[in-house]
Amino acid sequence: MGHVVTGELDTTHGTILYLDGISVSFDGFKALNDLSLNIDVGELRCVIGPNGAGKTTMMDVITGRTRPDAGRAYFGETIDLARMNEAQIAHVGIGRKFQKPTIFERHSAFENLELAMKTDKRVRKTLFARLGADERDRIADTLRLIRLDPVADRPAGLLSHGQKQWLEIGMLLMQEPKLLLLDEPVAGMSDDETERTAELFLSLAGQHSLVVVEHDMAFVARIARKVTVLHEGSVIAEGPMKTVQEDPRVIEVYLGR
Amino acid sequence: MGPLTSTFTRLYGTKGWLALGVFAVVLLVVIPLLNLAVPETSPYHVSTYWVTLIGKIMCYAIVALAMDLIWGYCGILSLGHGLFFALGGYAMGMYLMRQIGREGQYQSDLPDFMVFLDWKEFPWQWWGTDHFLWAAFLVVAVPGLLAFVFGYFAFRSRVKGVYFSIITQALTFAAMLLFFRNDTGFGGNNGFTDFKRILGFPITTPETRMALFALTGIVLIVALLVGRWLVTSKFGRVLAAIRDAEPRVMFCGYDTVHYKLAIWTFSAVLCGIAGALYVPQVGIINPSEMSPANSIEIAIWVAIGGRGTLVGAVAGAGLVNGAKSYFTQAFPEYWLFFLGLLFILVTLFLPNGVVGLAAKLRAMLAGRRPAPAGVAEETA
Repeated sequence: MGHVVTGELDTTHGTILYLDGISVSFDGFKALNDLSLNIDVGELRCVIGPNGAGKTTMMDVITGRTRPDAGRAYFGETIDLARMNEAQIAHVGIGRKFQKPTIFERHSAFENLELAMKTDKRVRKTLFARLGADERDRIADTLRLIRLDPVADRPAGLLSHGQKQWLEIGMLLMQEPKLLLLDEPVAGMSDDETERTAELFLSLAGQHSLVVVEHDMAFVARIARKVTVLHEGSVIAEGPMKTVQEDPRVIEVYLGR
Repeated sequence: MGPLTSTFTRLYGTKGWLALGVFAVVLLVVIPLLNLAVPETSPYHVSTYWVTLIGKIMCYAIVALAMDLIWGYCGILSLGHGLFFALGGYAMGMYLMRQIGREGQYQSDLPDFMVFLDWKEFPWQWWGTDHFLWAAFLVVAVPGLLAFVFGYFAFRSRVKGVYFSIITQALTFAAMLLFFRNDTGFGGNNGFTDFKRILGFPITTPETRMALFALTGIVLIVALLVGRWLVTSKFGRVLAAIRDAEPRVMFCGYDTVHYKLAIWTFSAVLCGIAGALYVPQVGIINPSEMSPANSIEIAIWVAIGGRGTLVGAVAGAGLVNGAKSYFTQAFPEYWLFFLGLLFILVTLFLPNGVVGLAAKLRAMLAGRRPAPAGVAEETA
């Protein structure tokens, strides 16, 4: 079952993502400038930086939306992301959640997860597809994880904003990605929802590798083990939240000028 | 619960099956008995006029089902479904013309219109049409193939929304102009008529009419069940997801072109079958069936009945065509105004059509608030 993948993910050195010397420019503007970043297997990494620091462009390079002008992007030891398109990258196991949640509003939360589930997605198979016990269990597990099991049968359009965000994270998880990229996942969430999202991410780390781009500093401080600070397309600091916060360059970037 | 039972219960609930059973008994037992067994002098006799009218409306209901599958469930509004209906009708019509034999006005092997044009032999497209099975194959294959090829290019080029509707409208209009021409070989603007026999049986006897009527009823019920099976499967959920957020479906890893092509082609084939049942009952097929207005009317039936419900499509086709047969006799000049008004009122006040209204009334009677707008009603 499943689709043909271009090579297997090889993480023998414990690293799932290598970005090495990546540069991207748009009409002379350097969105990324010699950016290098490594993500370990099972890591939960937060990426912060002021507006225009290149956070979203970095996500675009990893998911194949933007081609780097220079540098290398590898998924594991062997998979060269610069040579693949978006669909291929999604198939080898990089899932991305965009800022605005897009879910199927008229389908129930359960059905949203069913549609996203990794399986044979050709017409013939779908016509006669019946959920097996293990597939039902997987959907039920994910529903519990994203705390939507009490509203599994409710049309997704009737869920709260935070629940929609979780549902989309759940849909990503059903696709069984090895690396999850999350772009501002708590934007627009209430404090309570933000706290529960933090718990969710902490429980995902370990089994999944996560890269979280976020503006909300309190949220980052809550979940981060290792923080990367971007500025003008390059990494200016990396390390535990406390060390990064005391870094004079970071303080200058956020407060100075 | 065995797999068979669960398939049945998945399609309809107890009430749904009961309603369908009553519908089937009325169509397949009550009406035939009242038509054939009750003498004409009895007030309970159902006349041939009614049998033909209901038979015709059932053909339209099959077309409406086909339209609902593609429009109500996949969000693709076709304004050319009359073309597929007419193509199925023409394929059946060719066979019926061959069955006339030498009983035409000119006592020739060729249909009258060919003799009139001074043709000496059948053109190529008439090959094999004296065989019922070949004609039946054409009924399915011609609309199916045309829809597949047209759909392949349209969906692959990501033609969507109103642009797709306009192209389908242009397609049926172009076909109508082509069929109007005498040298296309399909009888020009007169089309085919004066049929004598089908499968050797005289076509106008009450028994033959009733057989065609019952067959149409069976096809309608089977089409409803197959349609229901399709939309309650995972395939149906993917279709509805394409309707609501196609880019997201692609992002989930589905090739949406294949899904749209599958339901589009199936829908066209269903229309072709409806057309083939329509022609022997009505006794004529001509290019006016391909006129753009006819195809638009199909969409109106579905909108009035209620999109995305299947039973709504059947109800809409029945209501509108029932009203039409009354109006065109009582106030012929006002029918189109009435249809237009009905369409506007339904669009403004009943976005979910007659079926949506029924569900709302049921909910009000039960003292509950109606389901939120935009959420598909689960019809029993």
